[in-house]
Amino acid sequence: MLHDVIIIGGGIVGCAIARELSRFELRVALLEKEAEVGFGTSKTNSGIIHAGHHAPPSTLKGRLEWRGNQMWDQLARDLKFGFSRVGELLVALEPGDLAHLQELKEQGEAKGVTGLELWDPPRIRREEPNLSRDILKALHAPTAAVVNPYEAVFGFMECAQQNGVSLHCGCPVNALRRVDGRFTVHTPCGVFQARYVVNAAGLFAQQVAAMLGADDFRTRPRKGEEYMLDRRLQGLVTHLVFPTPRPGTKGILIIPTVDGTIMVGPTADDHDDPLDVSTTWEGARRVFDTVRRYCPAISERDAITEFAGSRAVAEGDDFVIRASPVAGFINVGGIQSPGLTASPAIAEHVRELLAEQGLALQERERWKADLEGPARFAQRTPEERRALVAADPAHARIVCRCELVNEAEVVDAIRHGARTVDGVKFRVRAGMGRCQGGFCQARVIEILARELGIPLHEVTKRGPGSELFYPRHDQPGSEP
Amino acid sequence: MNPVDARTLAEVYDVVVVGGGPAGLAAALGAREAGAERILVVDREAEAGGILNQCIHAGFGLHHFKEELTGPEYAERFVNQALAAGVDLLTDAYVIDITPDLRVQLINGALGHAEVVARSVVLAMGCRERTRGAIRTPGFRPAGVMTAGLAQKMVNLKGLLPGRRVAILGSGDIGLIMARRLTLEGCQVVGVFELMPYSNGLTRNVVQCLDDFGIPLRLSTTVAFIHGRDRVQRLTLAPVDARLQPDLKQAWDVACDTLLLSIGLIPENELSHRLRLRMDATTGGPRVSSTLETSLPGVFACGNVLHVHDLVDFVTEESLRAGGYAAEVARGKRRPIDNIPLQAGDNLGSCVPHSLSPDREQVIYLRVKQPVKDAVLTVGNRYERRFRLLVPSEMVRLTLGPEVLERYFGDTLRIDVRPREVA
Repeated sequence: MLHDVIIIGGGIVGCAIARELSRFELRVALLEKEAEVGFGTSKTNSGIIHAGHHAPPSTLKGRLEWRGNQMWDQLARDLKFGFSRVGELLVALEPGDLAHLQELKEQGEAKGVTGLELWDPPRIRREEPNLSRDILKALHAPTAAVVNPYEAVFGFMECAQQNGVSLHCGCPVNALRRVDGRFTVHTPCGVFQARYVVNAAGLFAQQVAAMLGADDFRTRPRKGEEYMLDRRLQGLVTHLVFPTPRPGTKGILIIPTVDGTIMVGPTADDHDDPLDVSTTWEGARRVFDTVRRYCPAISERDAITEFAGSRAVAEGDDFVIRASPVAGFINVGGIQSPGLTASPAIAEHVRELLAEQGLALQERERWKADLEGPARFAQRTPEERRALVAADPAHARIVCRCELVNEAEVVDAIRHGARTVDGVKFRVRAGMGRCQGGFCQARVIEILARELGIPLHEVTKRGPGSELFYPRHDQPGSEP
Repeated sequence: MNPVDARTLAEVYDVVVVGGGPAGLAAALGAREAGAERILVVDREAEAGGILNQCIHAGFGLHHFKEELTGPEYAERFVNQALAAGVDLLTDAYVIDITPDLRVQLINGALGHAEVVARSVVLAMGCRERTRGAIRTPGFRPAGVMTAGLAQKMVNLKGLLPGRRVAILGSGDIGLIMARRLTLEGCQVVGVFELMPYSNGLTRNVVQCLDDFGIPLRLSTTVAFIHGRDRVQRLTLAPVDARLQPDLKQAWDVACDTLLLSIGLIPENELSHRLRLRMDATTGGPRVSSTLETSLPGVFACGNVLHVHDLVDFVTEESLRAGGYAAEVARGKRRPIDNIPLQAGDNLGSCVPHSLSPDREQVIYLRVKQPVKDAVLTVGNRYERRFRLLVPSEMVRLTLGPEVLERYFGDTLRIDVRPREVA
């Protein structure tokens, strides 16, 4: 089948583009190399919708950041993911930082960012009593928000799929050619043909572009480590807390997540291996030493889990979103912070670029913008729970005790695309609570095996190679 | 025991027991012996027996039955006794909440969302394992890192192996038992690594599970880095200093595909927190009186939800008593209020119950913080007992009679453990 557009990469950017293109009468496919969408950079994102004033308006980042910021309230309502405008505080600890706060305030106001205010120490203490007494001033931006980035990715993709976009996971691009004005994309799941290709391959975008000689940009991975703190610290800070930014990074932050827990990070270390997602002793030390300067109550002992991920940073530090030297091939590279914030605006921009390249956009008559959303058992009243159990007894079979997730929710997650234990975890929170999967993992594995029709030992954490259990030595499937 | 369904579940019970493991089953029997008529045991699994069902090794019952049983055998005896005693059992059921006036709200596939009224409640939810997050291990987050208990369940109940070449961090009893089990299953166990300078498991398990199979136990050692993006490929191990920090200069690598964690157990007290019971920060369980009653009258606790035990026999003994006292309260009988607060003193990690009464013999369970050779345990200034060796991994059971306790009426009684002074 000849596709109008093939999107390579199912991160937040690729999935936002898929949803945007699903509004039109187009045949669109999205190819993702991992077992599920959102399993690369997006999964390890800090989950911040930036307030809009950080990037200068002369940059692409600066333009798309503020436009993107304003789109998230509607997206959260439509796609049913958690979203909260918690606001941010950018704190100045040294006299030299004060001028910079003022500049950022003016930059934001020039862009139209609303509500920016400089707070003095008494105001800071009233709003955030646990922050350091050494803070000289803080720039408050009420437009900053938090989301769970993976929920946003799943929401974008599911909405795109319900409007006709086809999704192919476990489908890395091995070769890419352009012959007679058509692209052929070679993958282990077959050969795809398309009139247009959008390269949203994240850390691997440069590599994909090089297959066509369309790599007129350079990116490199920048690793970030994040540390999640125990739930009993909930309420320690209620705003996002940023240090005064330094070149190349927004610094190490305190993040009150949409689930109510506190997260600290990320580090920002340029390196060469996009697959290095390890946390380190040194990174932890740096994160905790830094955040203790603005919030002395935070300690390494409070960490309950940690993770790391990399984002692609382009030369010149701006997003690379443009038609490539190859007609019909659009590069979307170097999507570092504020990439999550900007993603819905990036999708609009890519749609405009495709239109400029000659793609005809005719609006679909029946485009459905919203999703039904899952029946979150834990958040229901006893009456609602009674009705759910009456409708399906699987609602009474509790799988995850910590987060009160039942079998019906796990089955629903699998029907909506979860293929792995991590996929279930990121959709329904089974395994995210205090026991970290100690009790529920066995049940989740059994349900995945049953629903996917595979033996238990083929269930993976996040795709081939991450099988969780092996068959016994005397059983089929055991190595000789 | 009567399996109950929507038709036979009563509206009111004398005693509702939350959890059908060894603690819950013994509590139900204790309640029956003390005269309770309607007793309900609620369990989330399809079968009662709790963690015993996956403990297929022998070594249970040496104290209680004076013979050596496997976990499922030990559980079966209690299930059969409860069956004979006419206790109601509701499996595949989950207690969502308990109101302060003891309405127990539960869900079950056949019943939906149900509520029963309890005259008294026994909390017997057991405990869970500490996970990787609790110890902050840097590195990748691949498949192949799991708690020893999850591995035990998958091996013994599902017929799957956690891996082929296994390292174990922590020398808790489940880790030691799994070192032997996986060796018997044909896996290679490269070693057990313990942060502390002493083992956290029972001595008999170190001998029978490691020494007998030539599995090395390295003390004062930890995992400093986990390598492997999709599946564990190797570990960096390092000795730790006196502050338990790894010395990375002396680190070395071990190739393996699996890391089992046996790094401690945490009482599963979510319901207790919802009930706002007063808790003991050391045990992680509720504070209880000498009748094992929590700070909310009519709510009792026993077994691993109260404090983590080493031996199921002690769980049984404690739970029989808790069930008995719960039945008394359900029948309107009251013991005298405790008048001797108990305090854990020098080198004592925990001490349960938290208060005593001089009207009857009392059983106290305690655990030391640090190993002590030639130890002297003193209770107030009247009672003294000597031990050749006390270690944190082996709980001490102490009984005190009215003749000792009467002297402390109204005073705080303090228990200390000190090395014997050399003359």
